[in-house]
Amino acid sequence: MDWKREGKSLAIIVTVFAACYFLPVDWLQQTERIENALWEALHLARWYAREHVLLCLVPAFFIAGAVGVFVSQTAVMKYLGPKANKVLAYGVASVSGSILAVCSCTILPLFAGIYRMGAGLGPATAFLYSGPAINILAIVLTAAVLGPEMGIARAIGAVSFSIVIGLLMHLFFRREELEKVEAAAGMPEPEVTRPLWQNALFFASMVGILVFANWGRPAEPAGLWQAIYDAKWMITSLFSLALAAILVAWFKVGMGRMLMVAVPTAVLALLLPEYPQVSFVAAAIGLSLLLTTGNDEDGELEEWFDTTWDFAKKILPLLFYGVLIAGALLGRPDHQGLIPSGWVAGLVGGNSLGANLFASVVGAFMYFATLTEVPILQGLLGAGMGKGPALALLLAGPALSLPNMLVIRSVMGTKKTVVFVLLVVVMATLSGLIYGAFFG
Amino acid sequence: MKKIQILGTGCAKCGDLADNAQQAADQLGEEVTIEKVTDLKDIMQFGCMTTPGLAIDGNLVSQGRLLKPDQIAKLLRAAS
Repeated sequence: MDWKREGKSLAIIVTVFAACYFLPVDWLQQTERIENALWEALHLARWYAREHVLLCLVPAFFIAGAVGVFVSQTAVMKYLGPKANKVLAYGVASVSGSILAVCSCTILPLFAGIYRMGAGLGPATAFLYSGPAINILAIVLTAAVLGPEMGIARAIGAVSFSIVIGLLMHLFFRREELEKVEAAAGMPEPEVTRPLWQNALFFASMVGILVFANWGRPAEPAGLWQAIYDAKWMITSLFSLALAAILVAWFKVGMGRMLMVAVPTAVLALLLPEYPQVSFVAAAIGLSLLLTTGNDEDGELEEWFDTTWDFAKKILPLLFYGVLIAGALLGRPDHQGLIPSGWVAGLVGGNSLGANLFASVVGAFMYFATLTEVPILQGLLGAGMGKGPALALLLAGPALSLPNMLVIRSVMGTKKTVVFVLLVVVMATLSGLIYGAFFG
Repeated sequence: MKKIQILGTGCAKCGDLADNAQQAADQLGEEVTIEKVTDLKDIMQFGCMTTPGLAIDGNLVSQGRLLKPDQIAKLLRAAS
């Protein structure tokens, strides 16, 4: 029996069995919870479809795809190689997750690579901890659904605590000799196709579209935020124009073909100013057509679309099920799902040490599919979870799960894995306590 | 006969890459063996850090990219 491979199946079987064994069928039959849960799931799914898919996820997928294609991973890995400056390596490891780890399945190989072939244990664990939390899709969705403070706290918490964890791991195990793999030749030299500043402007224009298209109505209708809110579609259009110009100038998209997309989009925007979504969709479809039907020689535009499509295909179903399950179990804010709000509030309400610790431990062992932690947390928050424990769960959750602990163990051994898990739980608990004290 | 190894922990991309490698070999009419390497330690031995990786006769030729059949065919020809 290969427990490393079968462990996941075993965990699933045992969990499902336990759930059935203890299923409170009689109690469920008497209450209206089941029926409520169905409606809550549907309400939540509709809310996501209306509020988050078009304006938030679609541009985020394009950005994530562009990151995968146009940002040279090799260039980043240079700073994490065996000869890298150690101080710099911690810094790079803690933030590079935002562009390297767009998909959770790439985290573990990179972690193993940094550990065995590159900068070593400290930077590798720093990367492992921060990577899943600061990838671009996770931050965007966290900020859009759970509020900007939570998104920013997640990013800052993940980055700063990853450095602490990396340094502590290095300190604890500094005496251990590591037989490094002598294969570091792996990373080929990056081919420079475009200067950095052009790439920077390219990404800035897309991030601008994403940020301003999702600009929320401020609580008080006055001041700068309201002014931006009133002009948000104007600003979004300007960023779109910038993106169009950049694509024509530096990405070899033909001027004529760009006009064929830009003109209908602009006409729709002027004809239907009440429904900016329509021209937004037109622009997204147009961009997809430009990327797939062009005849660019190096194929990078088509690769951009392929990667984008790949993310959408992989993440949308997961998110869909995640939203349905979160809606059924926890309901929308101020509504009840299957799990009574009282339980949630009792276990992880407030900002006590116990609540934060509990959230961290559960988060560390539970498996969250990419991005599903967001709707689940939204449900938990609505049911009375404190903000501190919510952050604790966000920090401990995606970084660790039972299945990936097994993989980590196979890379760095039992002792280091246990220490790492303990550190993650402690750090997540602390971040939760601190955040809860300020924002709770 | 060339040995193609697909390095990856088992995500969808690795499967696609294996299919594309097979197509590339068919295009060239070349006999190849395709092997999947899924253990992280073994993947490290190739010097591969971003999956999916592609190795021909034990040499890592590409990583972190889902290559199209044409691109793999080019690499196969270059390896002979």
